[in-house]
Amino acid sequence: MMPALEGFNSFGDILLFMVACVLSNNFIFSRYLGICPFLGVSSKVETAVGMGMAVTFVMGLASLFTWMVYYWLLVPLNLAYLDTISFILVIASLVQFVEMFLKKSVPSLYKALGIYLPLITTNCAVLGVTVLNVSGSYDVLKSVFNGVFGALGFLLAIVLMAGVRERLETSDVPKPLRGFAISFIIAGLMSVAFLGFVGLVK
Amino acid sequence: MDVTAILYALLVLGALGLVFGIVLGIADKKFFVPADERVERIRACLPGANCGACGFAGCDAYADAVASGKVLPNCCPVGGSAAACAIGDVIGCAVEVSEPVRARVLCQGTTTEAVQKYEYDGYKSCRAAIGIAGGPKQCKFSCVGLGDCAAACPFDAITMRDGIANIDEGLCVGCGVCVDVCPRNVIKLLPIMKNQVIVRCRNTDSGREARAVCKKVCIACGRCEKACKFDAIKVIDGCAVIDQQKCTRCNECVAVCPTKCITVGS
Repeated sequence: MMPALEGFNSFGDILLFMVACVLSNNFIFSRYLGICPFLGVSSKVETAVGMGMAVTFVMGLASLFTWMVYYWLLVPLNLAYLDTISFILVIASLVQFVEMFLKKSVPSLYKALGIYLPLITTNCAVLGVTVLNVSGSYDVLKSVFNGVFGALGFLLAIVLMAGVRERLETSDVPKPLRGFAISFIIAGLMSVAFLGFVGLVK
Repeated sequence: MDVTAILYALLVLGALGLVFGIVLGIADKKFFVPADERVERIRACLPGANCGACGFAGCDAYADAVASGKVLPNCCPVGGSAAACAIGDVIGCAVEVSEPVRARVLCQGTTTEAVQKYEYDGYKSCRAAIGIAGGPKQCKFSCVGLGDCAAACPFDAITMRDGIANIDEGLCVGCGVCVDVCPRNVIKLLPIMKNQVIVRCRNTDSGREARAVCKKVCIACGRCEKACKFDAIKVIDGCAVIDQQKCTRCNECVAVCPTKCITVGS
């Protein structure tokens, strides 16, 4: 028995959903998911873009595949409570598969995404988006949009952060605050700034 | 609690895992990209200290570069001729071996020998200290003695004693990291030789000025030059220099040097 799924009714719906994903429901700043790559790979804009692209790629695909596993396999068999563990399985295998596929077929993309692909296997934002898709009972299109645009929000956040941190390199930060301490403070301030978008959608 | 529910869950998860495993197994075969297995073998020949003396980010990066033919296999000063020959075997080319070298400190200006200019009480770094009136020692050619080289040495071969750097020859591999980091250029890479005669001073000032700053300083008196029967030691620009090719290690110069700035061995 399929539960009633929530989808898009109009084009305006889609636009609104995109804005909500990128700005007001930003994965980093309002859901606090994917903080480890956000702090770990944000010291250079170039690598931050690489990481963001890889996350976008994987989150979009993971949303699609976990949706299929959940609604075509787990729900019909009354095993919906196995969602988290089977999603982990799906995401891990998917990332492995995509990595092999890219290495063989699209070596240029493989080089660009490089080490970031395997790194996101255990990223909580990827698992987070799949669980959110299920708990929001989104239909397949909305799930994939949630994945892709949520990841673009992540891309925006990590690139902004990398830009700030690049300038931080040359600025006179008090000694006890250097490194991660000041990064956390900046992340907090950016999060407060993004709070301003909350009223934008609904 | 229904046992079949548990069995179902086990079965479904197991099947899911099995399917993914098979797909990945097939993908591994289908999308197999022949990696350059020489990289691994080259990497095995290298010391693995990741010191960066070859000019690459680490041993892995260097192995990559050698395998792709961008650089010659003899750029690792740490592994020396042994590593170079081993890599040469892997990639199938003859290797010209560079002479093994060791770092030497060309200064004997310990706290008792060298005259202090002032008491330095700042941040413990030679590069920081020489910014303040040219460093805490009078001699502007001397080892500053604050241990930038010791901190930089990836092999812990340098210790600071009595205000100058001491290099443990057993630990030194001649990577040259200390040479780059020394702000006074007081460390030099010299070929390994038994009982090597070394002028352990770089002071080019005239005799009187030189004497005023250190007891063990080359005053360019020229006595070594006269004592040498093989024309191997010359006073050039106010400091004695030994031509290691001509030197027979007879130690005549060591005996006549009035300031004992020529030494044998380390």
